[in-house]
Formats: sequence, C-alpha cells, structure tokens
Amino acid sequence: MLGEAEPQWLTEEVKTGTTIIAIEFNGGVVLGSDSRVSAGQSVVNRVMNKLSPLHDKIYCALSGSAADAQTIAEMVNYQLDVHSMEIGEDPQVRSAATLVKNISYKYKEELSAHLIVAGWDRREGGQVFATLKGLLTRQPFAVGGSGSSYVYGFVDAEYRKGMNKKDCQQFVVNTLSLAMNRDGSSGGVAYLVTIDEHGTEEDVILGNDLPTFFDQ
Amino acid sequence: MSSIGTGYDLSASTFSPDGRVFQVEYAMKAVENSSTAIGIRCKDGIVFGVEKLVLSKLYEQGSNKRIFNIDRHVGMAVAGLLADARSLAEVAREEASNFRSNYGHDIPLKHLSDRVAMYVHAYTLYSAVRPFGCSFILGSYDKDDGPQLYMVDPSGISHGYWGCAIGKAKQAAKTEIEKLQMKDMTCRELVKEVAKIIYIVHDEVKDKAFELELSWVGEVTNGRHELVPKDIKEEAEKYAKDSLEEEDDSDEDNM
Repeated sequence: MLGEAEPQWLTEEVKTGTTIIAIEFNGGVVLGSDSRVSAGQSVVNRVMNKLSPLHDKIYCALSGSAADAQTIAEMVNYQLDVHSMEIGEDPQVRSAATLVKNISYKYKEELSAHLIVAGWDRREGGQVFATLKGLLTRQPFAVGGSGSSYVYGFVDAEYRKGMNKKDCQQFVVNTLSLAMNRDGSSGGVAYLVTIDEHGTEEDVILGNDLPTFFDQ
Repeated sequence: MSSIGTGYDLSASTFSPDGRVFQVEYAMKAVENSSTAIGIRCKDGIVFGVEKLVLSKLYEQGSNKRIFNIDRHVGMAVAGLLADARSLAEVAREEASNFRSNYGHDIPLKHLSDRVAMYVHAYTLYSAVRPFGCSFILGSYDKDDGPQLYMVDPSGISHGYWGCAIGKAKQAAKTEIEKLQMKDMTCRELVKEVAKIIYIVHDEVKDKAFELELSWVGEVTNGRHELVPKDIKEEAEKYAKDSLEEEDDSDEDNM
C-alpha cells in the first residue's frame, strides 16, 4: 500500500515505560519493578528485569530510556568496584547514589533516565535515594517511571512508618500491581529485590500471582 | 646510620649497589633537622602537638603554623621543609574535596593517607624532581570507625599508629609516648600528656624559644579538627611545666 509507515519499533526510542519503587525498612530495603520495555506502542521485551545490581548490597531501579539507564548503571557498577577495592570495604549506599547523581546531573541535557538507588550498608542500614534529573535526596520510599503517577495516591495513603520486611514486600507488590493495571507502558511480571545485612534476595512474581483489586 | 653514597646519590632515579635510593634517605634527614611533632590516638580522639621553634623575636605570634586542617574531620601535623609540607597539605585538601564531591561523604583516613603517600612516592621516581623533604601525621575521628592516625614519610610509605613522632627529638618522644596507656585515655587527659612530652623533648640548650601548637579531633569536638581552646591549652602547658619542675626537684633529691 502507498505511504505505509515503518513499524514503530524500528524508529521509536526504546523506553522502559515502567513502574519502579524502593522502600526502606529497619535493617534493609525492598526494591520492585515491572518488566515491560516499549518502543512506542510495541512491547519489545515483556520480561526485562529493571533492578540492576551496583554492588553486592546496593541495587538500582531503572526507568526512562532503556539504553541511558542501563549505561549509567553499568558505569556506576564499574566505578563502585574500583572504589570498594581502594577503600578496602563495601561502599556506602550514599556513594553509589552520589555517583549516579553526578552522571545524571552532568549529562542531564543528553540523558533521559531516572534511577532510584537503594541498598544496605553497615553505617546507616537500609537507605533509599532518588536521583531524578540530577538531584540527590534520601527518602523513606521512592516511586518512579510512567506508572508511578497512577499510584502516588495509593503510596501516600498506605505508607506507614516502621513497616517490617514482609509488610514492605507486600506494599511494593500491591503498588506495582495497581500501576501495571492502569499504565499502558507498565506490565508483565513483578521483580522484587530485598537487601539486608544478611544478603540479597531476588524474586519474581508472575502475572497471575499478582494481587488483584476491585475490577479483577 | 649515615654513609656517603658517592656517585649514586645525585638523583632519585639511581639505586646504589647496596640497593638504597640515597636521595630519599637525604630527604628523611631533612625531616630530622626539623623540630618535633607528635600525634597520639586515644580511645575517643586524636591529639597533635608540635614544638614550633621561634627563630626570631620579630615574628608575629602564631605565624608559620605547622598544623593544618585538611577537611572538617582531618588534621595534619608536619615536620621538615615547611614549604614542601604546605604544598602537600594542598594536595591532601584536593584529594579530600574531590572524594567528597564524587562519593558524597567524608574521606576515610586510610584512603586519604594512601592517596597522598602515592603522590609523595611519585616524586621519588624521577631525576627531574626531588623528593618531598617532609613527613606528616594525619589524624581523624569518625563516629563509626573511631579515631585514626597515619604517618607518611618522604619515601611514600604510610602506616597506621596509636602514637608517633617525627622530627629531631622523635626517639625521645617515642620513648615518652610508649609510657602512656593511650587506649584507656580520653582526649582531655591526653592533651596534658602531649604538652608534657613536647616540653620534655624540647632542648633548652640548643633551641631557645618555642611555641607549642596543640590541636585535637574527637568526640570532644564532635568530629571536627580544631586547635585546642586557649583555656585548655593553658591548663595543659601549666601541667607540663609543673611536671618538669617536679622531675627536676626529684633529681636533686637523689643527689
């Protein structure tokens, strides 16, 4: 046919549409993400793990442009490897977040990615840092990605101080599920990472195991 | 242990047949010509003491400081060529500042000491430059890691210490330091002992006037490196002078 356009996935930038969340509890953090990668209206990967390790006990959650976010995560992973060898101990979560922030800020015009950095270190325990557009702020929890807009009300209303590990994991799964239901750019499965002083656990929750809400 | 390294001592890029780099050893001699500086680590902080010889009555009091602030939580006491030491203090300040900029928190003292030592070592490799003619003691306090003390010498080696001394009376000072039970002392107690040690090792005959520089960093200063406040310093100097008189008196009794 005349004037038929190329498929979108050939031309559109690959974005991890995304819902990402990280929350701190006494003794650690829980990170969660969806798994949809979109190029325009096409889903190019429905099972991508957007929780990327920066160090043994520090992870980051990727959102925005897939290439930009992955590259930042890889660079910081390398920098933290060198840094931890130089200082002779595990790096602080604040160091990882500062490294991410420095790249995000310096190249803020060229990059389009938001990483939430969360982890555990021996000094301050569990910490969550947001690095949107090159700022650096520590928060009890942080949400990001296109799906986050749909769940700000939910997280603001449901968050309570002093939740334990299990409560936090449930909170994260509920938030992801709600966002994935409403945001066209989020979906697939839910990935969870729980970090505390004893170690790091990675989990997947498949579509039909996700919590359901009023319309399901 | 001095020996003349005829022919092998003209540049730092030459080894002697018995495996020594004489230029570095000569640099260490320069440190030994300088007056004494000591640093001692106690259970809740670090105290620095420097015997600052006053070469002329015309000098303004407090000039030619030998204790530097490297970062909020790090202090540095030096011995040797003062100009070399000042330049290294700048290097240390830049390292600490860049670290804070890149990693978002205070630089750990061991890392700072390693970085400055690497810089000092670089100047021992080439004939185009001379080694730094100064040693320095770095000290810091952190609420998680506690007090730390490191010393760097002109060869670029750094060690961690509970107590160390550099300069002309370092042997005498080390003897005095070893008598202390520093692991059980607090900064307030230690300040007086540091002042006393400086007064003890000061040679009244060869060197006349001196100013005592005292600084500390620890729980008592909330982790900030500061000069010891005037009243505490005066109390410490009084204690030091009184202790010396007592020792003089007891010597007379033995006669």
